[in-house]
Amino acid sequence: MMTSVLRTDALTKRFGALLVTDSVSLDIHEGELHAIIGPNGAGKTTLINQLSGELEADSGSVWFRGADVSALPIHQRAQRGLLRSYQITSIFEDFSVIENATFAALASRRHAFRFWQPMAADHQARQSADEALAATGLANRLHVPAGDLGYGERRQLELAMSLAAGPKFLLLDEPMAGMSVQESTSVIALLQQLKRQYTILLVEHDMDAVFALADRISVLVYGKILFTGTPEEIRNHPEVRAVYLGEEEAEA
Amino acid sequence: MSSTVVLAQLLNGLQYGVLLFLLAAGLTLVFGIMSFVNLAHGSLYMMGAYFAATAFQYTGSFGWAVAAAMGGSLLLGLALEFVAVSRLYRRDHLDHVLATFGLVLFFNELVRIVWGSQPVFLQVPEFLSGAIDIGGFSYPSYRIAIIAVGLAVAVGSWLLINKTKVGMLIRAGAVNPAMVAALGVNIRLLNAMLFAVGAMLAGLAGAMAGPILSVQSGMGESVLITTLVVIVIGGIGSVTGAFYAALIVGIVDTMGRVFLPFLLRQVTERSFADAAGPALASMLVYLLMAVVLAWRPQGLFPANR
Amino acid sequence: MTTLLSRPSTWVPLLVLLLLASVPFVAEATGQTFYIAFFARIIIYAIAACALNIALGYGGLVSFGHSLFLGLGAYAVGLASFHGIGSGWVHLLLCLGACGLVALVTGAISLRTSGIAFIMITLAFAQMGYFLFVSLKNYGGDDGLSIALGSRFGPVDLSSATSVYVAAFVVLVLSIWWLARLRVAPFGMVIRGARQNARRVSAAGIPVVRYQLLAYVLSGMLCGVAGLLLANLNAFASPSTLAWSVSGELIVIVVIGGLGTVFGPLMGALVFLGLEEVLKGFTEHWMVIFGPLIVIVALLGKRGIVGLLERFDARATSAAPVPATAEAAPHTLSAAKGSP
Repeated sequence: MMTSVLRTDALTKRFGALLVTDSVSLDIHEGELHAIIGPNGAGKTTLINQLSGELEADSGSVWFRGADVSALPIHQRAQRGLLRSYQITSIFEDFSVIENATFAALASRRHAFRFWQPMAADHQARQSADEALAATGLANRLHVPAGDLGYGERRQLELAMSLAAGPKFLLLDEPMAGMSVQESTSVIALLQQLKRQYTILLVEHDMDAVFALADRISVLVYGKILFTGTPEEIRNHPEVRAVYLGEEEAEA
Repeated sequence: MSSTVVLAQLLNGLQYGVLLFLLAAGLTLVFGIMSFVNLAHGSLYMMGAYFAATAFQYTGSFGWAVAAAMGGSLLLGLALEFVAVSRLYRRDHLDHVLATFGLVLFFNELVRIVWGSQPVFLQVPEFLSGAIDIGGFSYPSYRIAIIAVGLAVAVGSWLLINKTKVGMLIRAGAVNPAMVAALGVNIRLLNAMLFAVGAMLAGLAGAMAGPILSVQSGMGESVLITTLVVIVIGGIGSVTGAFYAALIVGIVDTMGRVFLPFLLRQVTERSFADAAGPALASMLVYLLMAVVLAWRPQGLFPANR
Repeated sequence: MTTLLSRPSTWVPLLVLLLLASVPFVAEATGQTFYIAFFARIIIYAIAACALNIALGYGGLVSFGHSLFLGLGAYAVGLASFHGIGSGWVHLLLCLGACGLVALVTGAISLRTSGIAFIMITLAFAQMGYFLFVSLKNYGGDDGLSIALGSRFGPVDLSSATSVYVAAFVVLVLSIWWLARLRVAPFGMVIRGARQNARRVSAAGIPVVRYQLLAYVLSGMLCGVAGLLLANLNAFASPSTLAWSVSGELIVIVVIGGLGTVFGPLMGALVFLGLEEVLKGFTEHWMVIFGPLIVIVALLGKRGIVGLLERFDARATSAAPVPATAEAAPHTLSAAKGSP
């Protein structure tokens, strides 16, 4: 029996007259890697923002590990283990790589009303940070200011911060955005490793990654889930092919 | 408490309000479009008053005084924009605060060097030194003239902003400055013109306020802070907002100072009222701003609706 | 530890502190006691700048109203002394209580805004304080309030310039030490993180505004302590302490010294007040030079004195280049924007 980690119930959002999220109902199971694909403007980021808590839905609900979190702001969802990464890299430019990761490790687990002992002295946080950075390939860049990192490394740090926080659920918003083929390959490999350990909702445009990683895929078009199924089912679904994959021969 | 007093104070408030509008109009556009925090706007007002006083001393003509104020402030505004302000647009607000703070200190000292520490005298022009009969009481013609000029500028700026192409650029710039620049508009020129016109209006306000208030070093600060309150209440970037907010603030402040101590004396004992009255009256507009910000942080008439 | 001390950005300020420690002795010995009060004032402003540095330098909260807390601290002493209370503990309690409460209320309201509105509203609150004290005719009003009873802490009485100097010096050293620890402690990291990327801090699981408010309160309370010391030094409390120009001067001091650095407030106060004194010696119209200097500081960028010293750090140590500790330009608090 698959436990539901993240479930939404008829989630709906309007911006004025525009229906951006159309009664979206998702159910992500424990250990699953669920991908969301869809053409540009389908409302993927808006949906993620409602899942993370940065945007309040007009109607419908979000359930996380059996509890209704619809009314909770983002920081409280993060404290419960619902963590997201950003499509446009959102890190602390002035902090070093290790400071970024340690911050993330600390922030989700404890309060930070401590004014004397250094953050670096928090062994548990430091350990989580080291592990996350090692997993994302940044172990040799610990003391570099984040602002000095190359683009690909910044994306890696973005991912490392989510991992360091000890997530129970990972919301990844286009982690491979703007990456080179080589960089994408290493991220795909990393996500393969993380797959069983974490429950992941992946929004991506990179079809190679999606079909290689996803257990199930949902197709989002004009804010509505058109179809949810396994990669095979998606690949062969005529409507999906027409709407999203277009007339071109499907790769792989 | 007669209706005459109330009416007179209402008119005073209106007069103060239009002066605030002259200052607020330029300031709010500079804030809204260039996102530039200009604390030195009060200094431009002060320089306008000094230019007017000096011109009046030499020519005896109030007309020349006003022209000198407007022309002088316009040129000064252009010079400041070119030398310092334009380099700061890309920076953050802290840099703006620092730089314009330095300018305030500079100008306050400059006028002391050139004109001395004593207030300079600027006289109400002959033809406006009388009073007009309004519904049974006399009200100074000069103050009516200020109201008239202020309203004329308000109408003129409304026409400019809503009915001309330049105005359209200004409105677009207030809502989306980056887009306007990307569309190939000569943003440098637009910015410089905006800053200079704002300076000119500030100078005009200084010239008109000169005969009523004293022309001295530091006269710009208190009016600047009130102007900042006006544009926050009105909504940053919105000239319409600046107009209504200026009138509201002008009237609330003027009538508050006169009537609040009086009202307090009715409900509490005299010594308390005499102490608390003026204090509360001074704080009134700030309380108003705090309430507006708590209720509608974007101001009462925000630029992008 | 030795590498730390060999860095100019560390040993120069420490040397300054050492020299400051010697001032009372040297001044007494040479009979130049004027300098005790002069440097005491520098130390007090350095404390106020340390306080502002927490909110502005670390937190990126551009408060244009810190003169409010300086004034509240001064008047805590003034009002208590007026009513015959000379106990330093009472003065301190009043000071911390008033500043804490006022910072809590004004901070809570101000933090509902961002950007220019935040700057304006902090300015407005300081103005309200100014007008309040001007209107208190019973307590001197515009003329200010003489203080007959200095703060007495047991055997220590802050009624002489020297005693204020010593007390202020101790407070400064403790403040700087705390600032250094706070910078890398979890709380400091949160507000420094919020300055860079508030959205990320929330996403990591921290309710940002709550922390910023506490930073603002701590900042206000420490600034109040500086005001308490100032009132004892001058034996006087005046509404002019709450003038907006004082708030501006504090900002200039923090920036000149090095925004968000540990020793910035000390170096900034020294340079700012020192330069003021030097220029005053040349002309009574020194402000006409000082003003443009501030403009130039703004145009040049905000690494400040400590930032300048840090450029010599890399040359002094043969170790790998140290990541700069002077913060980059603070992003004016803006909840709506994400990372640039």
